[in-house]
Amino acid sequence: MFLTYLRRELSNRRKQSVIIAIGMAVAIALVMIVNAAAAGVSDAQDDVLDSVYGVGTDITVTQAGEPGGGGPGRFDVGSDDGTAQDGDDGASRSFDQDRLEVARGSASFDASALKTVTGIDGVSAATGTLTLSNTSFSGEMPDFDAMRQQGQDGGDGGGAGGPGGASGGTDGSSDAPAGGADGQGGSSFSVDSFSVTGIDPAADAVGPLTTVEVTDGRGLEADDSTSGTDGAPADVAVLDAAYASTADLAVGDTVTVGGKDLKVVGIVGSTTGDGVATGSDVYVPLALAQSLADLDGQLTDVYVQAASSDDIDAVSAAITTALPDASVSTQADLASSVTGSLSTASDLISKLGLWLSVLVLAAAFGIAILFTVSGVTRRTRELGTLKALGWRNSRVVGQVAGESVVQGLLGGVAGLVLGLVGIGIIDALGITLSGATGGSSFGFGGPGGGGGGAPAGGTGGGGAGGPGGGGGGPFGGSQTAASAVDVVLHAPVSVTVALAAVGLAILGGLVAGLVGGRRAARLRPAEALRSVA
Amino acid sequence: MSAAAERTAEPATSPVNIPDIPADLPADLPADTPERTTMYEISGLTKTYTQGKRVVHALAGVDLHIDAGELVSIQGPTGGGKSTLLQMLGGLDRPSSGTIALDGKDLAAMSDRELTGVRASTIGFVFQGFNLIPTLTAQENVETALVPEGVSASVRAERAAAALASVGLGDRGAHLPVELSGGQQQRVAIARALVKDPTVLLADEPTGNLDEQTRDEIVELLEGLWKEQGLTVIMVTHDSTVARRTQRRLRIAGGKLTEIGV
Ligand SMILES: Nc1ncnc2c1ncn2[C@@H]1O[C@H](COP(=O)(O)OP(=O)(O)OP(=O)(O)O)[C@@H](O)[C@H]1O
Ligand SMILES: [Mg+2]
Repeated sequence: MFLTYLRRELSNRRKQSVIIAIGMAVAIALVMIVNAAAAGVSDAQDDVLDSVYGVGTDITVTQAGEPGGGGPGRFDVGSDDGTAQDGDDGASRSFDQDRLEVARGSASFDASALKTVTGIDGVSAATGTLTLSNTSFSGEMPDFDAMRQQGQDGGDGGGAGGPGGASGGTDGSSDAPAGGADGQGGSSFSVDSFSVTGIDPAADAVGPLTTVEVTDGRGLEADDSTSGTDGAPADVAVLDAAYASTADLAVGDTVTVGGKDLKVVGIVGSTTGDGVATGSDVYVPLALAQSLADLDGQLTDVYVQAASSDDIDAVSAAITTALPDASVSTQADLASSVTGSLSTASDLISKLGLWLSVLVLAAAFGIAILFTVSGVTRRTRELGTLKALGWRNSRVVGQVAGESVVQGLLGGVAGLVLGLVGIGIIDALGITLSGATGGSSFGFGGPGGGGGGAPAGGTGGGGAGGPGGGGGGPFGGSQTAASAVDVVLHAPVSVTVALAAVGLAILGGLVAGLVGGRRAARLRPAEALRSVA
Repeated sequence: MSAAAERTAEPATSPVNIPDIPADLPADLPADTPERTTMYEISGLTKTYTQGKRVVHALAGVDLHIDAGELVSIQGPTGGGKSTLLQMLGGLDRPSSGTIALDGKDLAAMSDRELTGVRASTIGFVFQGFNLIPTLTAQENVETALVPEGVSASVRAERAAAALASVGLGDRGAHLPVELSGGQQQRVAIARALVKDPTVLLADEPTGNLDEQTRDEIVELLEGLWKEQGLTVIMVTHDSTVARRTQRRLRIAGGKLTEIGV
C-alpha cells in the first residue's frame, strides 16, 4: 500500500515532482562539478609545486636578491667582441655572448647554509642547488664610433632590459626585426635564455629531481661531480624533455652553458603528468654549475624535508633563526604563491563555486520543502481521513516523507548523471591551467626585448633600445621560466563524492518530507475532516 | 467478552464478515431475543471551542445511552452540534468534560495513540463528502482501512474485494473515484467503513450529497448491513425521510440532546 500510494501520489503530482527533482538534480550536479573541479585544480596545484620543488619537499630556503644586485649586468658590446664586418658601408660588428648568472630576484648564498640546515633537529634530508639563468646574446650591431659611445652610455639602461628580452625568448630565440645593416644603425640579434640548475647528483631524497624520470640516456650520477680532468666535474648536462624538443637537442648533442660546451647525456621528463615541464631546462652537476658561474661554494636553494609533517613549522622557525637572511617557505606558503590562471581558477572555484553550490542547494531544498508543505496543506482532508481510519501518525508522516525522499532520490540520480556529463565535458575540453610560483614568472619580457631590438632609426641602435629594454626589465624579473607550468585540468570523480551528492539529494527530500510530515502529524483528524477540500 | 464481538458473530454468511471471530462465542444465542448490551454510555459530555474571544458550547452536557445493535439517527439545526457529537463517539477528538464509554472504555481518558487504535479496530466512519483518496482506485481506497491491521497484501485485497461486492460494486474495484457516480463513491466509502468489521458505524450525513433515488439506495444498503451484521449504526442526517426509517431518533440543538417521539 505504501508503494502503491506513493507511486500514485507522485504520478498524480507529476509537475511538482519533476520540478523538485530538477531542482535537486541541478544542485547535485553543481555540487559534483564544483567538487571535481576543485579537486582537479588542487591536483594541478600539487603538480605545479611538485614539478618546481620536488616531491617531499617540506621547506625551501632561498635568499632574495638585493634590488639591482644579482641581476644580469649588461652586454658589453665592445670593439674586442666579435669581428668587424665589411658590410655595404663596412660598419657592422657581429658578437656572441653567453652569460650565466643567478636569476634576477634571487641571490646565491654560501653552501655552509646547507650544513646549518642539515644540523637542525627534525630535518631528515636537505639538498642544495644552484639555479642559474643562461642567456646568450648574439647578433650584429652597427659600428659607428660615436654610436658605440652612445650605446655604452645607454647601456646602463639597456642592460636592465636584458632579462626582459631574455624572458621573452625562453621558448627559443627571438629574432628581433632588424633595422638592417644599412649603415643607419639597424641591428640584428637574437637572445636565447634557459634555466640551468646545478644539483648534487648524490642527494636524491629531496629536491627537484624527485619528480623527474630519465626518458633517454642517463641521469646525473654521483661521479659526474669528479670524473672530469683533475677531479673537476664532468662537462655533462641533462635536459628537460620539453626544453630539449624546443631547442632541438638530443642525447649526444652539446649545449652551451656559460660559454662552455657540455655533452647532453640524458633527457628527463616530469613524473607528475604528461606535458608537465620539470623544474629547470638544463641540469648539470652542482660543482660544474658553481665553477661555470664563478660561484664556487654558493647555492641558491636548499630543499628541506622534515622528519615529520608535524615538525614543519618548528623546523621552519629554526631555519629562520639559524639563517636570518634567508627566506624560508613551507609548502603551504608555496601553495599560496602559485599564481597564474591556476590560482584564478582555484579562487573562482573555492569562492564562487562554493557559494553558488550552497545557494542552489538551498534553493532546491527550499523548493522541495515549499512544495511538500503545500502538498500536505492541499491534502489536509485526505490525510485527516486516513487518520480517522486509524492510520498512525508515524505512517502518515512516513507516507509524506517517503514521497519527497523518492523525489529527492530521482533528483539525485538525475543530478548524478548531469554531474558526470558536466565533469566529462570539463575533461573533454582539456582546459589548460598555467601555474607559476614566485610571484611574477610570466614572460612579459617580450616588450622589453622588442624595445632593444626595435629598428631605432638611424640615431643609435643599442642606446635607443636601452630605455625600452629598461622598461621591459621589471616584468621579466623572474627568469625561472620553468617554474611556470602548464597543467591540463582533470576533474576527478570520486565514488564518495558521487554517493555524497546523491545522499544530499535524499537528505533534501527527507528534510522536506519531515517538515511536511510534521505538518501532517499536527493535523487533528476532526479538524482535518472539517476542512473544505 | 465484548458485546461488539458477540454481535458480529451472528451473521456468519455476510460477505463482509470475514474469519477472525473469536472461537469462544456463545453462538447459540437465539437471534430473535437480542441480548441488550450497552455500546455507548455517555454522561455530562461537553465540548467547548474557543475562537478568539468567542466561546462556542458545541456540546452542552449530553447524557446518552446506546445499546449494541441500535440504529440511531441524529437530527438538528446546522451548528447544533451533530458533527461534534459524532466525532466524540468516533474518537476523533476528546470532549472538554464528561465521560464517553465505548464498550466500557472511556474514550475521553484515552491517549491519541489509544484513540487511533480504537478508530482502527472498532469504528467505521462514513463521511459526508465521501472523502475517498482521489489517487487510489476503489479497491485501494477500501484497502486503506485495513492498513492499520497489518494484514498481508493478499488478505487485504481479498477482504476489500468482498466488501466492495457487498455494496454492489464488485466490478468497479479498478476505478478511480472520479470515474464513479456520487452514489457509487458513497458505496465505496461504506465498504471502506465496513471492511474492518467494526462494531460501530458512524455516518455523518451519508446521503447529504445525493439525489433522492440514490439517497434511498444508500439508506437501504445501510439498513441491510445493519440488519445482516448486527452493527450499531449512528447516523447524522438533515433529512427527516431518512430519520424516520431509523428505530430511534435523536435531536441535538444548541449542544443539548433530546429524544424524538420514543
Ligand atoms: N474546530 C472548531 N472551532 C470552533 N468552533 C467549532 C469547531 N468545530 C465546531 N465548532 C462550532 O461548534 C458548533 C457545532 O458544530 P457542528 O459541526 O457540530 O455542527 P453541526 O450540527 O454538525 O452543523 P452542520 O449541520 O452545519 O454540519 C458550531 O457553532 C461550530 O461553529
Ligand atoms: Mg455537521
